[in-house]
Amino acid sequence: MAVNSVLPPSTGRRQVSWGTPLTYALALAIAAVSIAPVIYVVIGGFRTTPQIVADPAGLPDPFVWDNYARVLTQSNFWQQAFNSAVIALGTTLAVVVLGLAAAFVLARYSFRGREGLYTFFTLGLLFPAGAAILPLYLMLRDLNLINSYYAVILPQVAFSLPLTIVILRPFLSAIPRELEDAAAIDGASRLGFLWRVAMPLSRPALVTVGVLAFVASWNSFLLPLLVLSDVNLHTLPLGVQNFSSQYTTDTAGVLAFTSLAMLPALLFFTLAEKQIVGGLQGAVKG
Amino acid sequence: MTSANQIRMPAGGASASPAGPRRGGHDSARRADNRRKWYEIIGLTTPAVLIYVMFVLVPMGFAVYYSLFRWRGVGPPTEFVGLRNYTLAFQDPIFLDALRNNALIVFGSLLIQGPIALGVALLLNRRFRGRAVFRLLVFVPYVLAEVTVGIMWKLLLTGDGTVDALLRSLGMGGLVQAWLADLDVVIWTLLAILTWKYVGFAIILLLAGLSNVPDELTEAAAIDGASWWQIQRHVTIPLLGPTIRIWMFLSMIGSLQIFDMIWVTSVPAVRSLGASATMATYMVDNGFFARLWGYGNAVAVILFVISFVAALLFQRFLLRRDIEGAITGRAK
Repeated sequence: MAVNSVLPPSTGRRQVSWGTPLTYALALAIAAVSIAPVIYVVIGGFRTTPQIVADPAGLPDPFVWDNYARVLTQSNFWQQAFNSAVIALGTTLAVVVLGLAAAFVLARYSFRGREGLYTFFTLGLLFPAGAAILPLYLMLRDLNLINSYYAVILPQVAFSLPLTIVILRPFLSAIPRELEDAAAIDGASRLGFLWRVAMPLSRPALVTVGVLAFVASWNSFLLPLLVLSDVNLHTLPLGVQNFSSQYTTDTAGVLAFTSLAMLPALLFFTLAEKQIVGGLQGAVKG
Repeated sequence: MTSANQIRMPAGGASASPAGPRRGGHDSARRADNRRKWYEIIGLTTPAVLIYVMFVLVPMGFAVYYSLFRWRGVGPPTEFVGLRNYTLAFQDPIFLDALRNNALIVFGSLLIQGPIALGVALLLNRRFRGRAVFRLLVFVPYVLAEVTVGIMWKLLLTGDGTVDALLRSLGMGGLVQAWLADLDVVIWTLLAILTWKYVGFAIILLLAGLSNVPDELTEAAAIDGASWWQIQRHVTIPLLGPTIRIWMFLSMIGSLQIFDMIWVTSVPAVRSLGASATMATYMVDNGFFARLWGYGNAVAVILFVISFVAALLFQRFLLRRDIEGAITGRAK
């Protein structure tokens, strides 16, 4: 497990130095390629479609706020952002709670079949969600869950659980036995130990799995595409896709909508970058 | 994040505490405690087990069942056709195109992103001012939804759009293509977009892996007179092995399932001709939208088997040491 390998080793003796010009040239080039299209889209939202058609690579002249204003006031942007948020938060909460409960048992109880149960969960890592989408749709249809938040949340939780358990279990196992004994002497039950000791101690891992589940849910497209045909339930990725195919001639409007849809992910990511990187890394090294 | 250190400690079996008798030695108290322990085990794991079985395992079972029928999705399937859907799939040139495209994306991603990411990571493998900002910027494409990225590039690549204008202004107008409409070009365009989106992820992962390589080793090699390249070749890259293999694994599984970006970027007409179809888009086009549910489920099973076998083979031969704990259930 290398969750904290994302952080620079705290040597202290070494000063962070300026890199060589080559380092900076390279870093700058890569960063520019990564971010230029995104900046272009955001800036393009401040132009008018005729401006864009006349000079695709130009700058706004004059600056127009109209596209953004239009998207924010006349489109379903807010409704879709709300739907995305509900689904992402619901998924995250359920993944963390169910994953923690299961991982706690797998880490701190000894019983027959424990390793079998763990393997059973890890098998899920080999089940690609994409492949299951058709039977999943049929099943949700039979359960009358189509066009509800649950139709997205429940499968997302199910497919996130294996990874969550793989990340959380070693964390919970690593809590020293002495702490559990001490808690027992203080009169805490095993569940009390989970609530008052194990959970606070494994907060970094919980944040990691939570962030991973949230981002995956926020960006997911295939499952909502199939199970949310009701426009009022559409999430942002569906909204971006619809808006762009509905207003094909309104390039500036599409650029504005796309930028606004990017914004929450970018903000969230800036805040949680360490957890995302750490999680992605730590996850696979279980 | 200091407590993240704990994650380095040995995991699993050995350190897990047996929930034995707490205090006193009374048999009845012990039995009561034992019973309570089982209640807790069942109570805490059941919700996760139920939801996992119901939405991960059961659907794949149903897919196998439905795939044996010719079925339009209404009422229970009745027209049993055996393995006909599978043979049909492998006889459909569009599906074979989809397979070829998936293979191209799998290997194209590995062969293009791998060397770029490795090169960049090695050259940037030192802490310099602004590295945190760099990391943040490079990671941006990865965090955006594939759908958003797809729409964005679709706009940039429209005929006489931004990319074309840029190429012309750089005097490279001869390179201009019908990026997303030319049947011979579209899959390469898509591969380029995927490279743009995912190479940052590879760089970040490798940079993080590099920060685990002890400076002492490379310093020792330098003192022994090794050149920069020799150090990279014989010290750093071998130590980076696990990170590289894990990245390859993630990239491969992702490429096999690729859907969102392809779906929004390439128009249905181009997709239906096979030029840009992947297994997943083919499955959804046929199963969901054309309502050939039996056939679609057969494609789902094929996709599943290919991914599963690829994952198992990869693990068996390359990844064994790295995630042994996760898959075999034995902690490292």
